[in-house]
Amino acid sequence: MDLLLTHFWELTITGLAIGAVYSLVALGYTLVYGVLRLINFAHSEVFMWGSFAAVWVLMAAGAGKASGLGLAGYLILGLVAAMAVSAIVALLLEFVAYRPLRKRNSPPLIALISAIGASFTLSELMGLRDKPLKWFNASGLQDYLGRPRENLPFPLQVETKRLFYVFNYHVSNIDVIVLVSAIVMMVILDQFIKRSRLGRGIRAVAQDPEAAALMGVNRDRVIRLTFLIGGLMAGAAAMMYLLKIGVTRYNAGFILGVKAFTAAVLGGIGNLRGALLGGFILGVAENYGSALFGSNWKDVVAFVLLVVILLFRPTGLLGESLGKARA
Amino acid sequence: MLLEVDELCVNYGRIEAIRNISFTVREGEVVTLIGANGAGKTTTMKTVSGLRPVRQGTVRFQGEDITSMPAHERPVLGIAQSPEGRGCFVGMTVIENLDMGAYARPDRKSPRINEDRDRVFGLFPRLAERRSQVAGTMSGGEQQMLAIGRALMANPKLLLLDEPSMGLAPKLIQQIFDIITEINEQGTTVLLVEQNAAQALKRAHRAYILETGEIVREGTGDELANDPAVKASYLGGDV
Repeated sequence: MDLLLTHFWELTITGLAIGAVYSLVALGYTLVYGVLRLINFAHSEVFMWGSFAAVWVLMAAGAGKASGLGLAGYLILGLVAAMAVSAIVALLLEFVAYRPLRKRNSPPLIALISAIGASFTLSELMGLRDKPLKWFNASGLQDYLGRPRENLPFPLQVETKRLFYVFNYHVSNIDVIVLVSAIVMMVILDQFIKRSRLGRGIRAVAQDPEAAALMGVNRDRVIRLTFLIGGLMAGAAAMMYLLKIGVTRYNAGFILGVKAFTAAVLGGIGNLRGALLGGFILGVAENYGSALFGSNWKDVVAFVLLVVILLFRPTGLLGESLGKARA
Repeated sequence: MLLEVDELCVNYGRIEAIRNISFTVREGEVVTLIGANGAGKTTTMKTVSGLRPVRQGTVRFQGEDITSMPAHERPVLGIAQSPEGRGCFVGMTVIENLDMGAYARPDRKSPRINEDRDRVFGLFPRLAERRSQVAGTMSGGEQQMLAIGRALMANPKLLLLDEPSMGLAPKLIQQIFDIITEINEQGTTVLLVEQNAAQALKRAHRAYILETGEIVREGTGDELANDPAVKASYLGGDV
């Protein structure tokens, strides 16, 4: 209890920062669920591939200790690489694992199995990334690969600077970078979905696919668009995750994906703002939980919270009936 | 000829929902398909708008064969549908729903959209009052108006109305049919599917009667309304 009280603001702010990562990944689950009624289990791997992209690009760019403008350059480079690769993986995933099933009108359960299969495949491909090197004799790339089943460290080292106080917590530059960039992206996305024509198309398909088709909305295009947006956000999340955690690995997506999915359900799956809220709540609650019960209990706290909230609000915090989902 | 449906067959799995039906809609007409529940009216409608795949036969719009054209490409040609059960986007406001109606229009950014919206508000003053209300919170009648208004926002050549009077109070039914007549007089061709045969026949230039997936009668609205057999089966003996 003491730990929670003395470190309350630190726990809150670092919880919000990791919560922002959950939120950004949760967006991908909730958007795809909104238009396809499908839990895209491979979304966690979209995130993981983005994190590797960021690491590799920054290794190639020779990133190390950095500050000021150089740091900003590396951050943008890593972010762009992660977002691009995640978006490409997400689109490929849709093309290979889901679209063929949709064209054959397969039942939803089949798509779910396909999702799980795609998740394993993407994860294991990364876990076996050293194999192709042996075929091609390209051992010069060994440094980039690291040991495939182990952690790959993030090369960019951001010198921690304490910027300002929130009550008794001295907020670090990393927290600020993560939170500010995440919130900027969330606002842009929220406005895009709310105001733009394409965003309205996404909401139309989520609310009534048949009526949307009658309005001239191309459902396939909308589905691709949601995978694209989900991928971009997962890539951004990957970069922020690296800044906070400092390493990635072939199965880094798993736990994070489960957490992000939890966040989406917590907020009300299909609801965009719900996913954001759910991510932040989960991040903060985990931190409080580990202060109260010890860090080993962190995940237990997160999932007990989920169960309790769903007991009282089965549709999640902001979830209305599915038909009214905003997505 | 605006719409020609020729020897159309549509299945749901193995069940034949409609068999060999043929009908036409000419420019400027109100044509109605009437029939009991399960006669295939809605299936026919969905086939014209592209939501149901066709097993056999053709659908031609302005002479062009659109039988296998996907639904989302048809609004651009000038086909708009107000679906059975309204199909309003319940999480969107009235204005957003109306804008969705104009989603596929090439001139969606021109001021004509505002004129068309004003026209819809002129037909349905109720929608103007509720312009920023979320559709899901509106009454059935209001949602019906919204569904018709939304279809009009596509500025269609052919307006498909599927059961616009379903579930509405008698006074409102009268009002909806008055508006359908008004829309037609403003120059839009209407294909109307109805269970309320009395009103539909009164308003329609021509009518077809569907029974278990087949067209069993056709004629002008007046002819059918005064036909003893039709009266007995569909009009409950008086019009």
